[in-house]
Amino acid sequence: MSGTAVTMVNVQVDGEWKQFPKGMRLIEACMQSGKFIPHYCYHPKLSSPGNCRMCLVELGMPKMTPDRKSVLGEDGRPELSWSPRPVISCATEVSEGMGVRTSSPLVEECRNGVMEFLLINHPLDCPICDKAGECRLQEFSVEFGKGESRLLEEKVKKPKRVDIGERIVLDDERCIMCSRCIRFMQEIAKDDVLGFLNRGSHTTLAVYPGKRLDSNYSLNTVDICPVGALTSKDFRFKMRVWFLKETKSIDVTCGTGSNIVISSRENIVRRITPRENDAVNSCWMPDSHRLNFHYLHSDDRLKEPAVRGLESPVAWKTALATAAEKLRGSRPEETAVIASARMTLEELFLVRRLAAALGVRNVDILPRPQKGDGFLVSDDGNPNTSGAKLLGLATGRLPEIAQAIEAGRVTKLVVLGEDAADCGISETALKSLDLLVAMGFLANKTTPHATVVLPSSAWAEKRGSMINVKGRLQRLNQAIQPPGQARDDWEILRDLIALLAGTNGLHSIEEVFRQVAAETPALQGLTLSRIGDLGIQL
Amino acid sequence: MSALHPTPHPKERRIIFENISKPGYAADIDTYIANGGYESLKKAVTMKPSEIIDAVKAANLRGRGGAGFPCGTKWSFIKYDDGKPHYIVVNGDESEPGTFKDRYILHQDPHQLIEGLAISAFATNTRLAYIYIRCEFPHAAKIVWKAIQEAKARGFIGKNLLGSGFDLDIYVHQGAGAYICGEETALLESLEGKRAYPRIKPPYFPAVLGLYMKPTIVNNVETLCHVKHILRIGAAEYARMGTPGDGGTRTMCVSGDVMRPGIYEFPCGAVTIRELIFDVCGGLKPGRTLKAVIPGGSSAKIMRAGEVYKIKGKGPDGTMVDKDLPMLDVVMDASTLQSVGTMMGSAGVMVLDDSRDMVWALNNLNQFYAHESCGQCTPCREGSLWMSKMTTRMLDGGGRDKDPKTLQDIANNIAGRTICAFGEACSWPTQSFLAKFPEEFEKAARS
Repeated sequence: MSGTAVTMVNVQVDGEWKQFPKGMRLIEACMQSGKFIPHYCYHPKLSSPGNCRMCLVELGMPKMTPDRKSVLGEDGRPELSWSPRPVISCATEVSEGMGVRTSSPLVEECRNGVMEFLLINHPLDCPICDKAGECRLQEFSVEFGKGESRLLEEKVKKPKRVDIGERIVLDDERCIMCSRCIRFMQEIAKDDVLGFLNRGSHTTLAVYPGKRLDSNYSLNTVDICPVGALTSKDFRFKMRVWFLKETKSIDVTCGTGSNIVISSRENIVRRITPRENDAVNSCWMPDSHRLNFHYLHSDDRLKEPAVRGLESPVAWKTALATAAEKLRGSRPEETAVIASARMTLEELFLVRRLAAALGVRNVDILPRPQKGDGFLVSDDGNPNTSGAKLLGLATGRLPEIAQAIEAGRVTKLVVLGEDAADCGISETALKSLDLLVAMGFLANKTTPHATVVLPSSAWAEKRGSMINVKGRLQRLNQAIQPPGQARDDWEILRDLIALLAGTNGLHSIEEVFRQVAAETPALQGLTLSRIGDLGIQL
Repeated sequence: MSALHPTPHPKERRIIFENISKPGYAADIDTYIANGGYESLKKAVTMKPSEIIDAVKAANLRGRGGAGFPCGTKWSFIKYDDGKPHYIVVNGDESEPGTFKDRYILHQDPHQLIEGLAISAFATNTRLAYIYIRCEFPHAAKIVWKAIQEAKARGFIGKNLLGSGFDLDIYVHQGAGAYICGEETALLESLEGKRAYPRIKPPYFPAVLGLYMKPTIVNNVETLCHVKHILRIGAAEYARMGTPGDGGTRTMCVSGDVMRPGIYEFPCGAVTIRELIFDVCGGLKPGRTLKAVIPGGSSAKIMRAGEVYKIKGKGPDGTMVDKDLPMLDVVMDASTLQSVGTMMGSAGVMVLDDSRDMVWALNNLNQFYAHESCGQCTPCREGSLWMSKMTTRMLDGGGRDKDPKTLQDIANNIAGRTICAFGEACSWPTQSFLAKFPEEFEKAARS
């Protein structure tokens, strides 16, 4: 909006005159005025088909004199002439002198009528429906429904449990034909595979013959389905949504940093859904990313620190002391640190401190170039490359380091959040190292050869910040506790640094961020809390 | 037996139907030309386009498809030189129950339509026109296609028609069998190859965002035929035939319980219901009495025999007074029918005698509308089937006390709340049958 002049128009909302930008959808003007308009088919990011009829309101237009001037009332405002026919607020644009009534008897009657119509053929299977608890039909039934059915006949029968895609199941009886999913696939995913079959009350949502709802964005249709017609195979029958704890965070599968909600219960992540952020991912996210969380609960999680030669369990103190002991006094040229651009800014900052404490120049992150999709899958498979660059850790020295290890010139290696095997280092070379310290949350090809294993936390188990490919600083939040003895990465690094270089006075993640900000001009004046839920463009 | 009586009734004036069912008259172009065909088009290309539109306006021609919108006004929404392509789409999706006039034109006198269409295209700077013919008229589609080829071969359409420098191409498009395609914006969607869902208005008024989002005129078959006659007999003369608000003649389709059902053509406002049924159509079947009339296609509100309407009219001293108007004396024209709470619509007049059960009759209509609802918007999609299920149950002896009230509520919750006029079309029968014949529904509810 900046720079371009926006024409504002005066609109009367339930008796009060307010200003809105010309062309805004009336439903949005009402909602902006705190007047909730129930709706099904309307979605802020999609076109308005006007088919559900739930958002009907009373519309007034300025009374006109014969020479087309509006008649003004005593208050100097236009007098309105109210249309006896209700209009849909989703497809009506605000214009000068317009008036709207959002809760008149006629409006209430319209809503009651639409609710009754939508419910007569809707199966009352809420007890076994995944959408229950976050279903618009259910919500609006409470508010605008009758509480009893007047339908004495049989409901319309339609296909159930239709397998329409790799990740989605369709229940046509629950569908209220709002067409949100169809429009999403046409307008956003650009993969026009959904449509309606048949007519009237027998209208049935389906995939076109020979097509499947297999787009990497298919699960967004489940999010925007106002009822339980489209359900996610991954989440189906797993958990009642009202038991889920919601944590605002960001996706770490690629450099986009889509904003997400982590839904968890009793320390288990149950699903990931996109969280609206127009500067990043709008309301959407790729299926590949939202389903990329099951490894959080895999058997490969590292749960206890380990030291080669010592019987487990090994105390954290012992593990850290062993690592520090073996690192202390080592020559910089025989030591290397491989960090990860999947680590947070705070963690990477401490990596830089660690490298400084060791005097090591052999530091780098593992880059993850990939082919993006031009939409929300970035060309960068790392979520925090920008952060690593900002801190000077993306040195490009990794091939050189790998070579030095293979050649035996580097004999001490600290691998943080990565698998050395992915960095061009052979298993033979790993075996012949004098020291291998591995910090991470999943067992990989590096861990069996590690002298010291430091189990850390995954992205859903910790706080911190990252900078996406577009230079937006965003926050991770902790949804669940790390398993077993695993600890937060920044704490592990802090303790290791303290053992090597003395106490550093860092007691909280906020303090770490403050340190990062103090030493980084681009972050001047920022604190972790100031980043906010939607992030900050640097 | 033809639907058109060989001898016109004295009240009739056949312009549109002049050649329908005429012995020796064929659908080919030679017959058409021998009967004075394409003379109006020849005249039109010598006129200024604006003069043609003015003539159509002066003729008071209203659309004959059902809504009765003034034709000249519709055309003048199209800006002649706006640099955009314009389209004219002929609505030949004649599917309102009780309406069967356009089929005779399409089958027997297609050049009449092509000539009217060419004149309207010339007047509105339209180079491409489509004739949308319902799937159930496959033979008509062939006949019209052939007529288009003939007209093209003779230079009445196509490149530089009649040496005017104006080009016009016409195509026939066949529907796939949905009543909703008679709704003009659904028709446009269908023509674009999409599912026939009516568009929301605003913003998608055909004159602004029509076919392929370009200015478009959608006219009924009969309406365009009238254009030819306006130029032939002159706008003033044409207008004089009808009433002040409704010029020219109007075709009517009479079906149901009369001795001579069929198609007729009268000057607008020339006949009352009494004259139409008892005089023109030969009265009711022996021993029967009149029960009801649906005057304008199945969606028009039903009129009960014996009703007396209160209408405003001029008294002997010229002031407006309330007048009693008995049902049989209602004049069959748009404004009178509107003033008694129903409509001229597509002029499909359905006559019901005392042998008819009103619950049965309404159920018949309800089943039609439930079957034809496109299903796009909630009230009509769900309400039309619900009403149909209810009346079916009532007929089957399963009526409940609350049924009439529930039926009424359903209809009220549809009318005025939908994307297109189908909402009214499917709820007006229920509303009017319940209002006019409450005793029959109460009886069925008690069964």
